[in-house]
Amino acid sequence: MNRKAPVKRALVAVAVVLRSAAAFAQTAPPADLLRTDHDVGRPGGRLVFALRSEPKTLNPVTAVDSASRDVIGRMTGDLVHIDRQTQRTGPALARSWGASPDGRHYTLELRRGLRFSDGHPMDADDVVFSFACYLDERNGSPQRDLLIVGGKPVAVRKLDDYRVAFELAQPYAAAERLFDSFAVLPRHLLEKAQQEGRLAQAWGLGTSPAEMAGLGPFRFKSYVPGDRLILERNPHYWKVDPAGRSLPYLDEVVFLLVPSEDAQVIRFKAGETDLISRLNAENFDVLAGEAAPRRYRLEDLGPGLEYTFLFFNLNDLADGKPAMSAKQAWFREIAFRQAVSAALDRAGMVRLVSRGRGTPLATHVTPGNRLWVNRAVLPPKRSLDRARDLLARAGFSLKDGALRSAAGAPVEFTIVTNAANAARVQLATIVQDDLRELGMKVQVVPLENRALLDRVFQSHDYEAAVMALASGDVDPNGEINVWLSSGPTHLWHLGQAQPATPWEKEIDEGMRRQLVTLDPQERKRLYDRVQELVAENLPLIPLISPNVLVGAKEGLGNFRPAVLDHYVLWNADELYWR
Amino acid sequence: MALLVLGAVHLAAIGAGFLAPYAPTEQNRSLPYAPPTRLRFVDAEGRLHLRPFVYRLVEREGAGGVYDEDTSRPWPVRLFVRGASTDRVHLFGVEEPARVFLLGADGFGRDQLSRLLHGAQISLFAGLMAATLSLGMGWLLGTLAGFYGRWIDAALMRGAELFLALPWLYLLFAVRAVLPLSVSPGQAFLLLVLVIGLVDWARPARLFRGVVLSARERNYVLAARGFGASDLYLIRRHIAPQTIGLLLTQAALLVPQYILAEVTLSFLGLGVGEPVPSWGNMLAALQRYHVLSSYWWMWIPGLALVPVFLAYFALSEALRARAGPASP
Repeated sequence: MNRKAPVKRALVAVAVVLRSAAAFAQTAPPADLLRTDHDVGRPGGRLVFALRSEPKTLNPVTAVDSASRDVIGRMTGDLVHIDRQTQRTGPALARSWGASPDGRHYTLELRRGLRFSDGHPMDADDVVFSFACYLDERNGSPQRDLLIVGGKPVAVRKLDDYRVAFELAQPYAAAERLFDSFAVLPRHLLEKAQQEGRLAQAWGLGTSPAEMAGLGPFRFKSYVPGDRLILERNPHYWKVDPAGRSLPYLDEVVFLLVPSEDAQVIRFKAGETDLISRLNAENFDVLAGEAAPRRYRLEDLGPGLEYTFLFFNLNDLADGKPAMSAKQAWFREIAFRQAVSAALDRAGMVRLVSRGRGTPLATHVTPGNRLWVNRAVLPPKRSLDRARDLLARAGFSLKDGALRSAAGAPVEFTIVTNAANAARVQLATIVQDDLRELGMKVQVVPLENRALLDRVFQSHDYEAAVMALASGDVDPNGEINVWLSSGPTHLWHLGQAQPATPWEKEIDEGMRRQLVTLDPQERKRLYDRVQELVAENLPLIPLISPNVLVGAKEGLGNFRPAVLDHYVLWNADELYWR
Repeated sequence: MALLVLGAVHLAAIGAGFLAPYAPTEQNRSLPYAPPTRLRFVDAEGRLHLRPFVYRLVEREGAGGVYDEDTSRPWPVRLFVRGASTDRVHLFGVEEPARVFLLGADGFGRDQLSRLLHGAQISLFAGLMAATLSLGMGWLLGTLAGFYGRWIDAALMRGAELFLALPWLYLLFAVRAVLPLSVSPGQAFLLLVLVIGLVDWARPARLFRGVVLSARERNYVLAARGFGASDLYLIRRHIAPQTIGLLLTQAALLVPQYILAEVTLSFLGLGVGEPVPSWGNMLAALQRYHVLSSYWWMWIPGLALVPVFLAYFALSEALRARAGPASP
């Protein structure tokens, strides 16, 4: 086997160079490579990108943090891939797929003759093995929930060497989107660990590159703790450019560890890194304001999927103090939340926090989500009169400049937010100032992020918070954890057995129905209704969505940044140096 | 001289409500990071005005953070004007919608000069009060330890060493984490003073103990004791006067140290919170690269510390010279 492999590899290479795969059809089956459609580039060179934190693992099954996922995304391949620019699905490791009319059976046809980055062939067994790993509870994969449809795990069955069947307990809309970012794992390297139940510990940062393999454009080369992680070109990658040359072009991708955004900007400005993403508007302006001989270009991609919002603690507090229960009585009033929303100066937030590079939001769906946003729901215009009117009708009254509830208590509360995120603290400070005009006394308490998350998710010991969420995909299914009243990210009221309010019940029904509806138009109608309900009942009060701001060094070809993760590296296989 | 400077600075802080043209929390959302307003005497047409005037700043279309002067109309600076938002008389100001930001504006379009003056109330007085507290405690405990000696001395001095060995910054983080979320600015200020003062009593206490230790062995003290003077009388009449010089020099040295401590803590977000200004939380904006590199007027609270510190050090030098070469 080992002796034969190089021969086969050589044949594949020849086939690619001659671009006449048919001539070799009898001697060796040619690899079924994906031909991309972009500018033809030049091979060679390295790309340097800064990570904000150290990756925790290189294990695709267990990785949660964004740094790990940034790296792993370049080392792995998925069956069906979402094109980050068109936001639609396209074939990847699976050359095609089909669904049964009832939407419960999917058959994926794999490309033939593909190899992992160590040269070992890939077939249906690897796919079945991979999904078994994601579904195995011992591994604790964060993606496991995605594979539980209708309360049952997805059944994965091998039909033959290159065909795999997926069976779902109930219809699941846009199920093909699920396959994106489920990396296919090499069975020959990981089967032993999986059998022994050690898969979650496999592929740490200390693992030798020889024990790892993937289907991504790059493979692990070396790691210097606290400094850098280097990936090298995968010679067995399964894509070719329009001229038939195998991808990727780059020889190496270097991930530098640069802990703060400001430090990243300085390194980028100095030319030490080649790409930068998730810039804040201020640093974007600093970079844009540099004198003429600039060695980089910047792009403002418009609104992304991130939405910032203010929300109140609506949890059922078992040991609620009387003062907190009184406050929660206001928070639970829809009119109170609507008044708060009406008093907020979202245009001012865009101006001050995003320096104009942002969008006021009406709901949790940003205009960046072109396919799903409900354009009929508009962000509320600031109106203190409307806010005061709403409050007056809900029994609040103004006395000596201080707003008092019907029971006579002054309306005072604190807003917690992430101290490390200057933009969030700024937003909270603007909210504070806006609500002061209604007579509310608000205090902003910036907290260390871990402490903030503990309060919101565990102890429920807070009054209001400013946070942000960003879905990884445009599809409503990516938001389901937030909107189902039983969802793990239903921030404002966690762990509900039954929907606490009629509108939460209606949102639940809408989200559940769109999940099993196969007709895209009907799904859009259902999700539009969910957005209307959110805008009306304001369980979270949407503030603004910052634009996605990125930059790249001059001379980087095929640089096509997208508003979806990973903004600049998603097409790392196509990037090249002119 | 030093006293004059310090007196003026503290008076300015006390009179901030009158001297500052705006309320420190008043936001102007169309003017984030507006540069310092230029006071002018000659207008765009070359006419000379006797009364200084300003031009209104307008943000340039499409270029965030770049401002142009609207020279179509001069806005004269008037004295003793009534503020729009505060309803009190300010030393100077201009009519709305023009603004006079002599030291520029911060990211919310708040007047830096007004914030600097109001921030001084917190930063300077936190230093003074913390110094009073720590010197008071240090003096009391140091005198007790030095005067009575033996086990009292041993216990107090071991205690002092314990305090000196405390990692106080982490202690502060811990204290802040235990406290309830909602701490009003007033409470935060008191907390700050308490923490700085209580943590740092040990060093002055050791100094006072040394002075008292030598003083109580002096012949006239022993003589007075021989005549049956009480402990309290001895301390009041003979020991305490010996420590006055040290007390004053220490005060002049510690106040700036504690001002800096307040600035540091607020810079780290442990002090008085937004929107109430203190020099430390104003400087905290400099943690962000773009502020550091683009807006020099955001540095002013840091620059303001320099003359205040120099004055305090000059004062301590003068006090030491007056007390003579013998005092430490």
